[in-house]
Amino acid sequence: MIESTFVRTVRMGVRSLLLHKLRSALTTLGVLFGVSSVIAMLAIGEGASIEAQEQIRQLGSQNVILRSVKPVEDQVSNQRQRVVSYGLTYNDLGRVSETFPGVRRAVPLRQLPEEVRFGQKAFRPDVISTVPAYQAATGRVVEMGRFLNEVDEETVANVCVLGYEVSRALFPFESPLGQRIKIGPDYFTVVGTLLSRVRLSGDRPTPGSESQGEVFIPLTTGTKWFGETLVKMRSGSMDMEEVQLHEIIVEVEHAVNVPMVAAACREMLSRQHTQQDYKVVVPLELLLRAEETKRIFNIVLGSIAGISLLVGGIGIMNVMLATVTERTREIGIRRALGAKRRHIVTQFLVETVVLSVGGGLLGILLGLLIPIGVEHFADMRTVVTPGAPVLAFGISAATGVIFGIYPAWRAATMDPVEALRHQ
Amino acid sequence: MDVRREYRMGDNVVRALNGLSITFQRGEYWSIMGSSGSGKSTLLNILGCIDRASSGIYRVGGEDVSELDDDDLSDLRSRRLGFVFQSYNLIPQLNVLENILVPLFYQDNPPENSQERALELAERVGLADRLDHRPLQLSGGQQQRVAIARSLINDPDLLLADEATGNLDSKTAQEILDLFDELHAEGKTILLVTHEEEIGNRAQAMLRLKDGQVDSVSGLSATPR
Repeated sequence: MIESTFVRTVRMGVRSLLLHKLRSALTTLGVLFGVSSVIAMLAIGEGASIEAQEQIRQLGSQNVILRSVKPVEDQVSNQRQRVVSYGLTYNDLGRVSETFPGVRRAVPLRQLPEEVRFGQKAFRPDVISTVPAYQAATGRVVEMGRFLNEVDEETVANVCVLGYEVSRALFPFESPLGQRIKIGPDYFTVVGTLLSRVRLSGDRPTPGSESQGEVFIPLTTGTKWFGETLVKMRSGSMDMEEVQLHEIIVEVEHAVNVPMVAAACREMLSRQHTQQDYKVVVPLELLLRAEETKRIFNIVLGSIAGISLLVGGIGIMNVMLATVTERTREIGIRRALGAKRRHIVTQFLVETVVLSVGGGLLGILLGLLIPIGVEHFADMRTVVTPGAPVLAFGISAATGVIFGIYPAWRAATMDPVEALRHQ
Repeated sequence: MDVRREYRMGDNVVRALNGLSITFQRGEYWSIMGSSGSGKSTLLNILGCIDRASSGIYRVGGEDVSELDDDDLSDLRSRRLGFVFQSYNLIPQLNVLENILVPLFYQDNPPENSQERALELAERVGLADRLDHRPLQLSGGQQQRVAIARSLINDPDLLLADEATGNLDSKTAQEILDLFDELHAEGKTILLVTHEEEIGNRAQAMLRLKDGQVDSVSGLSATPR
């Protein structure tokens, strides 16, 4: 024998299936869509999960982030100009960094609504005034030059560090180091640039701005030039806001203490603030929540996948039962010519598995294409883990076997005499 | 090896065969005749080991078939029996060559030269130029010749033909019967079930059945027991 029995059986199975091309093709559709939806959904779910984790990790899992939030205005503002004062204060910062146990450092952040200009180019990135410790607390990586340092802080120097996007946008061809850019009314010397964060689809450019990105200046400099009062244009009226600090990044020494520090922060802030003008973000909690969400998502996904493959499998079984009845005579002939029961079982089982695996393979192909399309059109991140196609393939093969056993058994247990008489 | 085939049976419900016994010797060419309902087909099914006697013994070469299980019976069919059916019973999705090879497909240790054997047989039945054809592309006579080639591929001890010429015109039927004569001349044991006297008479011996029992035996000195 040139080819093994198995190869021959498979070839014979394929040949039988090709006798009814349309029927076979339709039968595989169930498994095809089942498998492709499993892969596509896994990829989308994995992408979303990785994205969420990435975002959270950028916040720093050892950090507790306190943010200023503009409180809901309780009275209709009839005054045209009014200074709204809210948010975190330097007092809060002091309390956190000096009295809380287990806190390595607390990094204050102010966001300034200033325009950044260089020559003809103007941008509205996030202008962040902060302290040198920001880099350590967030784990940002310097690309060129250096980050802000203590000397800048003490000398209230007019220096700035550009985020990746801003540096690329302003200085596409030349080195930004030593260049002087205009932030608001003043000129700042660029001393360094940062590598970009992993780009996340969740990062939406702030409305009205052409480019996103960040520019960092020393906290002291920011306060000196731009003061504590921020002016915002809003629906034609001027809104003055006084915010001391927009954000405090509290870095905890040991991850285990994060919940404790977070609780202490909430406690302290609720005592110090009369209104709900702050928010406590705990990335670690978010991380845990994201993992929980992913778990639930996987369960839902698994159920859907299970159901769709069940439906596909039943479809295959249905067709195979019909095929067995239709080919009763062939079964009789084969039995008369010496086929044992197991030969008949193998024959029909192989046909079912070929159907389901064929559907599975096409499904994998489609399932790999869908995430690409989703990424392209919906701008969502997708990640196809190598396990997913393997899993899907295994499941489709298993579907074939499970739903093929009964029809094959029916075929094998036919009485050869009856089968031969069947017309 | 002395091939004796004995059977004695009684079907309790229908009594298609009602206690008949006979021995066929190796190399004999028998026709089995009888009107419909006389038990020819039942007899042939039992001889072909696709049906079992409700009681009684059927021996193939001294081996009691009733003691064999389903797998052993299948094995026996694939190694020692050849079938030719009235309606050819080729497998439609296989071509001529593959159809001829089907019985070997189910043998545990198929002979090495099966491909050549199949080619030889195809040539012998005059279909060497149609190996790639599907059964539906062939005429009835050609299909039956494929079926005969198929029945010979395992070099069977016993060739069972069930109304093998029933669906063929008389000229083609003659060709098929000539082929059987040839095979008999080569020493094959052939049992031909038919209801046509003319065909039955071509065999070396004739067994007539009536109501599931032996009506008459003629031609050979085989003695019903």
